[in-house]
Amino acid sequence: MNQETGKLRMICIVCPLGCELEMETGREPKQIVNIKGSRCSKGKEYAAREAADPRRVLMAVVKVRDGNLPVVSVKTDEPIPKQMLLEAVRAISKIEMEAPVKAGDILIDNLLSTGARVVATNNVRKAD
Amino acid sequence: MAAASKARELGALNVVLLDEKEEPGGVLPQCIHPGFGLHYLKEDLTGPEFAIRLYERAGSLGVKAFNSTYAMELLAHKGRRAVRAITPGGITEFRSKTVIFATGARERNSFEIGIVGHRPAGVYTAGEAQTMMDLHGVMPGQGVVIIGSGDVGLIMARRLALQGADVKAVVEMLPYSGGLARNVQQCLFDFGIPLYLSYKATKILGKRRVKAVEIVKVGDRLEEKPGTEFEMKCDTVIVSAGLTPRVELLEKAGARIDPATRSAAVNELLETSIPRVFAAGNALTINDLVDYAAMQGEAAAKSAVGLTQSQRLSSDRWRPVVKGRNIGLVVPQYVSGRREVSFYGRVRQPEENVYLKVPEIEVEFRQLRVKPPEMLTFTITSKKFGKLKEGKITVTVEPRG
Repeated sequence: MNQETGKLRMICIVCPLGCELEMETGREPKQIVNIKGSRCSKGKEYAAREAADPRRVLMAVVKVRDGNLPVVSVKTDEPIPKQMLLEAVRAISKIEMEAPVKAGDILIDNLLSTGARVVATNNVRKAD
Repeated sequence: MAAASKARELGALNVVLLDEKEEPGGVLPQCIHPGFGLHYLKEDLTGPEFAIRLYERAGSLGVKAFNSTYAMELLAHKGRRAVRAITPGGITEFRSKTVIFATGARERNSFEIGIVGHRPAGVYTAGEAQTMMDLHGVMPGQGVVIIGSGDVGLIMARRLALQGADVKAVVEMLPYSGGLARNVQQCLFDFGIPLYLSYKATKILGKRRVKAVEIVKVGDRLEEKPGTEFEMKCDTVIVSAGLTPRVELLEKAGARIDPATRSAAVNELLETSIPRVFAAGNALTINDLVDYAAMQGEAAAKSAVGLTQSQRLSSDRWRPVVKGRNIGLVVPQYVSGRREVSFYGRVRQPEENVYLKVPEIEVEFRQLRVKPPEMLTFTITSKKFGKLKEGKITVTVEPRG
């Protein structure tokens, strides 16, 4: 990304097509005037959002006691600010669950006050 | 799982699903990132969630799953079709009318890409690193160099960076990434991980534990440029050199192999050269998306059920699909011209502003960009095939104008 030239370039990550987006920025900071290169409307929405407030869905693993596996995979149920990703992983790494854990279980309700929930994405049974 | 469920849906009475693991789904449970199912289930799921959906669906449709069952031989002499497998109860022969191979792929390793050196601890394939981190919660190392820029390697670069490792570089021999553009953006650029294009890892240094990787710049013909060698310190090397279909059993049973896909050549029914034996998913060709793999599974199931119910072999005359300009591979390799066919292909070289053409039947699709890591998918209707006379069809990429 190059802010100074008034043009922003990025690769769209909404779907696997990988459109190369090019945006013109307006006079106001973070104001996007023109978006080129996207093959769908979702790409345009992504570009505008990415310029103003980049967010990502985070995935990680959480420790599980007495499970058939020692960890369970998790994700945030909504994208969280990009600059908080590392801090969020550290917070997620600290907790430990007791087996069984089921996909869809909410493990953290409000992750670092982002409003996002940390949800299990796999089943871990109680160890035999 | 997609093939088994579809076969039941279409009325197959007896469908058994053999899988070597405790639960089917292959690598899905360790692919904890989203991006699965957008086309096939119209939802964006993580790998484990996608696997659970398919497993539950297969169960509710009455598919009989044999887990911890390792298929060791395909028996296909004359009319007989059977799979001999090691099950928890001993060696069992599963006799059937048809067999669908959805055996997935294996990773190419450091020896296959010509890296020399000792065999210190700390060298893993991307999938091994993924198994360690995402199924067992173990960090492979702290200072990591990733060799090859396949999608799994890119995804692991992000996972390692998120977990606090220092990912020093992704080193790619070719002048472009082997993974999808979106993964280069969200897995490398998002975390400031450098991508070394046209650089090759030649040697892993270290005796007990990895100490460094020797890297050299390469030219247009991938020749090493003398004097450009340098060492990059690290304690862990992850090799992400792509996948290759697991079709040893098909090969041993005598199926014709296409060197381009490194898998069995198939007709539009996804049937191999052994009648009533089919291939789908990454066992057929390495797919970009799990969705394509599942759709191939369903297509194979439809063909298998169709042939079983009609009790006869297909009587089609198969015409070869020839690879034209800038086409590296194309599936299926044979068509009849009588049915609608979904094609999957890959180009050899990146190009812009081109047409994907099948000149024999005057079909063309405009493509803004084509790149080897991004699969070509297109469908030709039976009506379009109406123009096909005798002989082959050619899939080719031509510049515009």
